[in-house]
Amino acid sequence: MSEVLTEERRGLTGVARLLLNRGAIMIYVVVAVLLYCIVAVPRFASVRTTGFLLLDVIPILMIAIPMTLVIISGEIDLSVASTAGLASAVMGVLWAGGAGMGTVIVVCLLVGLVAGAVNGILVAVVGLPSLAVTIGTLALYRGLALVVIGDDAVANFPRGLTQFATSKIGTTGIPVVMLLVLALAVIFGVILHFTPFGRALFALGFSTEAAQFVGIKVNRAKFLLYVATGLISAMTGVFWTLRYSSARSDNASGLELAVIAGVLLGGVSIFGGKGSIPGVVAGVLLIGIVNYALRLQRISDVVLIIVTGSLLIVSVVGPSLFDWLRRAQHDRRVHRSLVTATGISPTGNTSTTS
Amino acid sequence: MAISPKLRRTAAPRGFRRVAAGIAATTAIALLATACGGGGDEPAASGAPSGGGESQDLTITFIPKQLNNPYTDVVLAGGKKGAEAAGFVKSNIVGPLEASASSQVSFINAETQAATSVIVIAANDPDAVGPALQEARDGGAKIVAFDSDTAEQYRDVFISQVVSKDVALIQTKQISDQIGGKGEIAILSATANATNQNEWIKFMKEDLETNPAYKDIKLVTTVYGDDDDTKSFQEAQGLLQAYPDLKGIISPTTVGIAATARYLSTSKYKGKVALTGLGLPNEMRAYVKDGTVKEFALWDPAQLGQVAAYAGKALADGTITGKPGDKFMAGDLGEKVVGEKNIVIVGPPTSFNAENIDKYDF
Repeated sequence: MSEVLTEERRGLTGVARLLLNRGAIMIYVVVAVLLYCIVAVPRFASVRTTGFLLLDVIPILMIAIPMTLVIISGEIDLSVASTAGLASAVMGVLWAGGAGMGTVIVVCLLVGLVAGAVNGILVAVVGLPSLAVTIGTLALYRGLALVVIGDDAVANFPRGLTQFATSKIGTTGIPVVMLLVLALAVIFGVILHFTPFGRALFALGFSTEAAQFVGIKVNRAKFLLYVATGLISAMTGVFWTLRYSSARSDNASGLELAVIAGVLLGGVSIFGGKGSIPGVVAGVLLIGIVNYALRLQRISDVVLIIVTGSLLIVSVVGPSLFDWLRRAQHDRRVHRSLVTATGISPTGNTSTTS
Repeated sequence: MAISPKLRRTAAPRGFRRVAAGIAATTAIALLATACGGGGDEPAASGAPSGGGESQDLTITFIPKQLNNPYTDVVLAGGKKGAEAAGFVKSNIVGPLEASASSQVSFINAETQAATSVIVIAANDPDAVGPALQEARDGGAKIVAFDSDTAEQYRDVFISQVVSKDVALIQTKQISDQIGGKGEIAILSATANATNQNEWIKFMKEDLETNPAYKDIKLVTTVYGDDDDTKSFQEAQGLLQAYPDLKGIISPTTVGIAATARYLSTSKYKGKVALTGLGLPNEMRAYVKDGTVKEFALWDPAQLGQVAAYAGKALADGTITGKPGDKFMAGDLGEKVVGEKNIVIVGPPTSFNAENIDKYDF
């Protein structure tokens, strides 16, 4: 009987595994929704949509990529949007103070590195729970942003740069910055899926103790993840500032929730240990497309957040419900086959015809 | 062992089931989009080559700072009414749930794509909405800023509620009328560095010093209730203890005037010490009716929306271009003139008293 059980539990392999995993399913859903919107939503099918939609989605996508790794390793980082806000504030103050753009951007990225490192030290070295730490730094970094720039807004960034932030590749409508996002997705995708470090993150997410026993440098891995998240959050802050040509302390506020929603919708388990970069990219795009299509129809944002919330619940509850059903079905089948095998079946033919 | 072929058979359906789940999710989203999109089909139909009507089908969309704000709701209600009266075929209200700098941009983008004729916006940030508005203008839209201005180069006109000086003058006039042009008065303001209030107070002081009609009025002090109900209440109490001869109080903030009225209405000063300032009719109604307050001022937010709608119509029709000196009719509010920096002033502030207060609901 044990042989039967292992066979039943076996996951998908080969091509089937590649085409039927959660990430792949998400991609199918995105493509299907996209096709549907093109056909059914008036004005959706245009080059403008590509540009506006992607520009809206880029900040979420950028942060979602490193966030995927963090959540897979069983941690979370809620301070990302505040880090972006802090970077934006620093950018504004330095630029208004007359620093060169090169220096400004480098300092902003350093701010992000430090912000990430602080999270990393508190979580990985001190060993505090990441939820508590990053709720703290969420408030702290936003507060620092306010200290840095106050109620002011700096808007006089060089026109060339702000135009670059929204510039498109030829006539495709695809923002140039999308290339950077694509590069990030590829780099982090390769790290996560094709390197020992990345595979270790999955192990870490399943069980920190077990991961430690098999020789994974748990603390170092977590620290690096937070530094990466901080750095990319700051990068997002710089992009955000240029895209809206306004440096303010409240820039990107609330973005962390959009990021986490996208990541979870993309099939990353909030408990860690499961998920993929392609899935997350699809998850973020799905939320972006649905939001954009609804907004194009002038559906109120109240409905919009309800839709996003429901999608998220469905995506989190769905698989669990599915697992439960499958297990229940499996149990029933095993029970039935046991009955058939031992020959004391009272209900004759059901097991062979179903 | 007769069982294993059956189990192998189930491995495939499991994959299919996943796909099925995916399809189910897609269908759900699609259905949702269609259900919600029900209303969206009409503008699409009318946006397509319209059946040869001479006048274009003009559309207008209001983008407030944020939705679900009581003050904004009154402005928008006026705007919707104005848009209908001005002759827009369709008026919409879209906007973010939070008033952050960049939250309005995607709404502007959607309007650009919908080829809306007029976008009326209260900017959360004068610059963050700029590039998006520019893109909308390039697409042929007219931009009317109201309530809160964008940077000048991004809009055709800005509709401003009132002139700061008028706000100050109406309050000094009201207090003078109520105390008979003679006696000590005090000001109970918001915070010590509130931009609006300080500007009004500056004009009030100037007016009290220079206007001969007010030569017997003495401003004894200015106190700050920080726009906090309790603090304002206590400051009002303190004023009357410190200045027993006080004849009147001006509170140019809705929080301050309501708190002061509440204190006066329960004290021996009720009806004896005059109170005026800027208040919300709904908050002040009870005190006007019980005789604590004779008259106070504010502007009518609904008029702001109305004038914005008419300005949008005039711009879209080509009647005006938004340059200083342009004139347009704003329905029952009469003719409005575009002033310097392409700003249109809605009108003088409104006085509220026992006779007219029931006509207002905000």
